[in-house]
Amino acid sequence: MEPSPNQNPGLNWQYIASRQGTDIVSIADRYDLWIDGHKSAPASGDYLSTVNPATEEPLAEVAFGGQADIDRAVAAAKHAFPSWSSLAGSERAKYLFRIARLIQERSRELAVLESLDGGKPIKESRDVDLNLVAAHFFYHAGWADKLEYAFAGLDPKPIGVAAQIIPWNFPLLMLAWKVAPALATGNTVVVKPAESTPLTALVFAEITAEAGLPPGVLNVVTGDGTTGAALAAHSDVDKVAFTGSTEVGKEIQRAVAGSKRLTLELGGKGAHIVFDDAAIDQAVEGVVNGIFFNQGHVCCAGSRLLVQESIEDTFMSKLVRRINTLRVGDPLDKNTDVGAINSAAQLAKITELVEATQAEGVEMHQSQCQLPQGGYFFKPTVFRGVAQSSRLAQEEVFGPVLSAMTFRTPSEAVEKANNTPYGLSAGIWTNKGSRILWMADRIRSGVVWANTFNKFDPASPFGGYGESGFGREGGRHGLLAYLESGAR
Amino acid sequence: MGAVPPVDEVGVTERAAALKGRSIKGEAKLDALLLAVRMMDLTTLQGDDTPGKVRQLAAKGARPDPADPDVPSVAALCVYPNMVRHAVQALSGSSVQVASVATYFPSGQVPLEQKVVEVNGVVEAGADEVDMVINRGAFLSGQYQTVCDEIVAIKSAAGRAHLKVILETGELGGLDNVRRASMLAMASGADFIKTSTGKISEAATMPVTLVMLEAIRDYYDSTGTIIGMKPAGGIRTAKEAIAYLVMVNETLGQRWLTPDLFRFGVSSLLNDVLMQIRYMKTGLYQSQDYFSKD
Repeated sequence: MEPSPNQNPGLNWQYIASRQGTDIVSIADRYDLWIDGHKSAPASGDYLSTVNPATEEPLAEVAFGGQADIDRAVAAAKHAFPSWSSLAGSERAKYLFRIARLIQERSRELAVLESLDGGKPIKESRDVDLNLVAAHFFYHAGWADKLEYAFAGLDPKPIGVAAQIIPWNFPLLMLAWKVAPALATGNTVVVKPAESTPLTALVFAEITAEAGLPPGVLNVVTGDGTTGAALAAHSDVDKVAFTGSTEVGKEIQRAVAGSKRLTLELGGKGAHIVFDDAAIDQAVEGVVNGIFFNQGHVCCAGSRLLVQESIEDTFMSKLVRRINTLRVGDPLDKNTDVGAINSAAQLAKITELVEATQAEGVEMHQSQCQLPQGGYFFKPTVFRGVAQSSRLAQEEVFGPVLSAMTFRTPSEAVEKANNTPYGLSAGIWTNKGSRILWMADRIRSGVVWANTFNKFDPASPFGGYGESGFGREGGRHGLLAYLESGAR
Repeated sequence: MGAVPPVDEVGVTERAAALKGRSIKGEAKLDALLLAVRMMDLTTLQGDDTPGKVRQLAAKGARPDPADPDVPSVAALCVYPNMVRHAVQALSGSSVQVASVATYFPSGQVPLEQKVVEVNGVVEAGADEVDMVINRGAFLSGQYQTVCDEIVAIKSAAGRAHLKVILETGELGGLDNVRRASMLAMASGADFIKTSTGKISEAATMPVTLVMLEAIRDYYDSTGTIIGMKPAGGIRTAKEAIAYLVMVNETLGQRWLTPDLFRFGVSSLLNDVLMQIRYMKTGLYQSQDYFSKD
């Protein structure tokens, strides 16, 4: 707010950087694959570099897994399967509990590493990602000896070797979403971390060894997209779980069609629907959280805002004012709200779509913040009055960019919210309980949040409709993805 | 009164917790601590208050840390009506204002005429600021006009004295009412809105204060009038005080980071802040015995 000229202007109070130290992490110069309980050099001898996106400096070299490495990893997983799957559920649970506790013990180290490798604010990796990672292992440890009760009379059995392809936006958390239910149900796994964020998965592999997990039950093969494709296509893989882009998801679906079990968790274009009776300041917070959390690198991000026309001016002015208080910068500063864009490629993609939208003449509001010199950063951005037909309203940006539109009636809000090939998330903001239920019945998306957003719990199944994929992760439903069809 | 938007308690609580998570260090912390001292309404509101006790507190407020000339005076000394003239005498020549609670604090359960008489008395005795309580009985029975009329009458009686209107949020039964009462008090002429009397167990909290700050922001947006804020009761540590300042900074902005527009109603916060200031300057925590207990 502008101070009146003749009044005391108040203290110009600048928070100074409060930087999380990195001494807690030791990053090796080079990381090998993790196969059959050991570090293992790639057959080709090739390594890729992983970069700190906040500084563009290389952090480490990471093995580039090829076909021969995948063969070895899958063979190890296949070899480990009979004994692991025949272990009593209560015994498997002990390993998962141990892993969960070790993650808690090393959570600050893992959080720092996640922020260094992926660019997310330490506040989020520390308070959100790592807490949920541990929670997923604890939760699934609890299921391991109760499968007979969860699926009574259906004789639940594990599938075999699961290939699990992890995205770069929540590297360790998405690993936990996949590995915890797979191990709890008695499957063995080969994990393929994302090319730009492999480090926490490799530390995780060491944690499983510390927990005494038998060799071969968990294997990690790093590399790029070709590594993931080769892993998914391997003939000894019985089940593929993929989280990532819709484009790659479709390729995998074609490659494994009919031969393997598959779950896909893909993109989204989630809508916030704000009614004129909403708690407006809290709705603004929810919308900010929905799109700027993790720089918008969230598949269930609320990247579209549908605001009722009668409160558009008020809402937008509050929203624009709020984005100027977001602190954008060094991911390791404990006061950073929005960190670094994950990679140069992603930054280029966001920039292209934003420029195209500007060229359409759409009203743009960007935070006035100063971006750091160097590193991949993008200012929190809101476009107002975006047409439903605009590319920005249709395509997933996967960055800190919100498209705002208006609606007049609840029916129109439903129609616009559903007018996308995706169907992963939605947020309804209203003070009226009956309207929440009416809307939730009609909105086609895997999760509908009411007067909140981005609430995650291992007990709650997560997944999408349409081009957002199929299958659920979390909860009792999530176990089904790792059990033979008798239980489905 | 026009429609007041509802408040979502879960959302407010989350936002307050997020603001509390800011990490304020070094120079920024020292700046905040010194500002917090300048914003304090040092308060004694006890049945056993005496002129001697008030003089003790006045000396402390005027010069909180004689060993450190950088430490400023507090904003005001807040006392009962009987103590106003003693406070005025003890503080003459200092920058510290004298605030008096009034309107039959804390309950306010007397007819308006008596409240007006009381306010006239404290202003005559020299109070610079008047902290009144709203009529919660009228508010909770839906008689908003009565609440408004009383504030208008007290504002008139207070004359040039600054008027702080205590909502006693702990008796209002939820944040929707906190917001409604805030708007009502501002529209009726409050210079400041204040959370609590400190006389019931539920005093200032960050979520309650956030709702009031948001109401102040809305009122400014729609009228251009700048209203001040005073959380009172329950703020005892320097760390909490800094969290409140973060909340003001990120909700209303720099313009409100001044004792003209933000006060802490406190009785025991000052020594903890002084101890932190000493620590920031020397790197050592001093024993509590080095700080006067007043």
